[in-house]
Amino acid sequence: MKQSTKAAWLSVIFMGLGQLYNRQFIKGIILFIIEAYALIFDLLPFCHSMKGLVTLGTHTQHQDGWTIVPGDDSINLMLIGIINIIIFGIFAWVYVLNARDAYKNGQLRDQGKKPNNFKETLKFLSGNGFPYVLLTPSLVITLFITMLPLLFGIMLAFTNYSSPNHLPPKNLVQWTGFQAFTQLFSMKGWSSTFVGVFTWTIVWTILSTLTCYFVGLLFAVFINTQGIRFKSFWRGIFILPWAIPQFVSILIMHDMFNEDLGPINQYLHMLHLPMVPWFSNPLAAKALLVVVNIWFGFPYWTMLMSGIMTSVNQEMYEAADVDGASPFYKFRKITLPVVLFSTAPLLIMSFAANFNNFNVIYLLTQGAPANSDYMYAGSTDILISWIYNMTLNVGQYNMASVVSLLIFIVISIVTAWNLLRSRAFREEDMMS
Amino acid sequence: MTTQTPKKLRAGKARGSLLAKTFIYVILSLTVITIIYPIWWIVVGALNPSNGLYAASIIPKGLTLEHFIYLFTQTDYAIWFKNTLYIAVWNTIISTVLVITAAYAMSRFRFKGRKYGLLTLMILQGFPSFMGMIAMFTLLQQLTWFGPHGLLNSLWGLIIIYAGGSIPFNVWMIKGYFDSLPKSLEEAAKIDGASNTKIFFKVMLPLAKPMIAFVAVTHFIGPWMDYIFPSIVLTTSNKFTLAMGLYSMVTGEQNTQFSTFAAGAVLVALPISILFLLFQKQMTEGLTAGANKG
Repeated sequence: MKQSTKAAWLSVIFMGLGQLYNRQFIKGIILFIIEAYALIFDLLPFCHSMKGLVTLGTHTQHQDGWTIVPGDDSINLMLIGIINIIIFGIFAWVYVLNARDAYKNGQLRDQGKKPNNFKETLKFLSGNGFPYVLLTPSLVITLFITMLPLLFGIMLAFTNYSSPNHLPPKNLVQWTGFQAFTQLFSMKGWSSTFVGVFTWTIVWTILSTLTCYFVGLLFAVFINTQGIRFKSFWRGIFILPWAIPQFVSILIMHDMFNEDLGPINQYLHMLHLPMVPWFSNPLAAKALLVVVNIWFGFPYWTMLMSGIMTSVNQEMYEAADVDGASPFYKFRKITLPVVLFSTAPLLIMSFAANFNNFNVIYLLTQGAPANSDYMYAGSTDILISWIYNMTLNVGQYNMASVVSLLIFIVISIVTAWNLLRSRAFREEDMMS
Repeated sequence: MTTQTPKKLRAGKARGSLLAKTFIYVILSLTVITIIYPIWWIVVGALNPSNGLYAASIIPKGLTLEHFIYLFTQTDYAIWFKNTLYIAVWNTIISTVLVITAAYAMSRFRFKGRKYGLLTLMILQGFPSFMGMIAMFTLLQQLTWFGPHGLLNSLWGLIIIYAGGSIPFNVWMIKGYFDSLPKSLEEAAKIDGASNTKIFFKVMLPLAKPMIAFVAVTHFIGPWMDYIFPSIVLTTSNKFTLAMGLYSMVTGEQNTQFSTFAAGAVLVALPISILFLLFQKQMTEGLTAGANKG
């Protein structure tokens, strides 16, 4: 048998053996210790955690005389199970690398060369391993702060983790397969809420994004119109809503539109007009959200677009002037295409942001007015604020996860589509 | 004929443009009023001696700082401010380091797993990180070696969530910036025998200064504006951030708390707005630069 194959098999049998066989003693010993440690200290807890993940606990909390005997905490078991899977994944990956390393160094020996000693290995690592060193901290954080919650959320969608009957530590949680999904789509209260909230979310996303975009465009055009003076004054004022922290301005608006005491309704009253029930009429509340959102949103586009407009090559306009083009024609044929082209990716991002625009909805209306046909949602709630309610206020964790999962699927389809047609993906160097 | 037409046209154009200009000025002025009004209203509310929402008016009836004094002596405002500042500073430091190092590696090196890494980040940035709310809540609770309640109701719990959430999107953006820097620079440095670490610190980082400033400022501003994450992680008033504190004022007894809220709102908005206006140019440029690459 060739030395390379032998070394590889040895490393498959036990981490580090192949390296020892290749006479890379320090590396071999380190790898050997890693596996030995894992086998001695982690194997049992790992098996235990896997069992916990499958059963989600078997002992219910019960009372023994006066004392409460704690049972299994299903959610805790699930979390520990996922963490163990991730760690096992990392370990498996190291194992594969270990076998491959043994094989490669064995090949060197087959060719009669000497494998690196430990010092040389370290030196090699500091050269070629540099990107990995740079990436490790971000990788670890992403794994545990982004991927782990995602996995956990997906799993919750297939359980019955919800108030009032399935809340640990008092009760156990069980795997229930697609039960929550069928509930969402077939139970009357849930399905009508989902359809209603989903529809409003889509309407809201489109309206809020497009109104801001086009109002922004309009003002960018106005400010950049030839012969309009005090350009920097207008710009200076228009940037204010963007500069003020959004939650502050939302809360200010919340008070301004107060139905009884807010100045807006006071003015209407003074003018002998009917006061508008901003927060108790669904339609008024929705209109208010869209209009107020323009106030926050349009300056961003105005600033961006007027920057783009001033950077458009002047020669194009001069050439158009020579041809006797009208200002409107120049705008339509030169300015507009440039602006639309450069802002298109940002526009798509803005759709995504508004789809999940929690702040405006929650801080301005809190989903109000209440809707008796809905489960745990008000008339102006969008999906994300509905999820928030279900999670933090009423403990419908499994349903919140189902809705999150559905949003995730929609968003990943949009992202994938966007990615496939974006320049970044086609440019070979970016992804090679 | 040929000489007359342009003249006529120009006259017509001038009249038309005068009308158009007046129209534009009117619209612009009306918009300025709409923008200024809420700001003016809240500033007056903060300085006006009377207390309630009803009494808030456009013309101040007098000037007083009593609401500001009340804010600092009778509410937890100073603590909220300190908490937010603490979170913002640490978030800036940690996130900037993480994002810059990861983006640099993704941009300047070709290594195994890079393609999948980038794809994963692309997918992850597409969905909001608070979709894992329940999991984060539970996870923080489980980290009990930091205290009896884990990292729940702790500022560091929030900092970690911010740092993790900022990676996917920002790495893509900053990577785009690093991509635009010429390759010849580090090749020259390599020929001179500079190590990877040296190239990173001495050549690339100084070039990336505008981008670093942009990342740092966005991460500094973020915690002042965010409501959703603090409301998941932080539970007691002494750990609140400003956003949460102010929200609790608005939803509390509105009539009596209004002027306190107004004073608090002015104090938050002022420094952030100034910071924003100072870095406005970099912010816009950073956004467009990131978008063009994306």
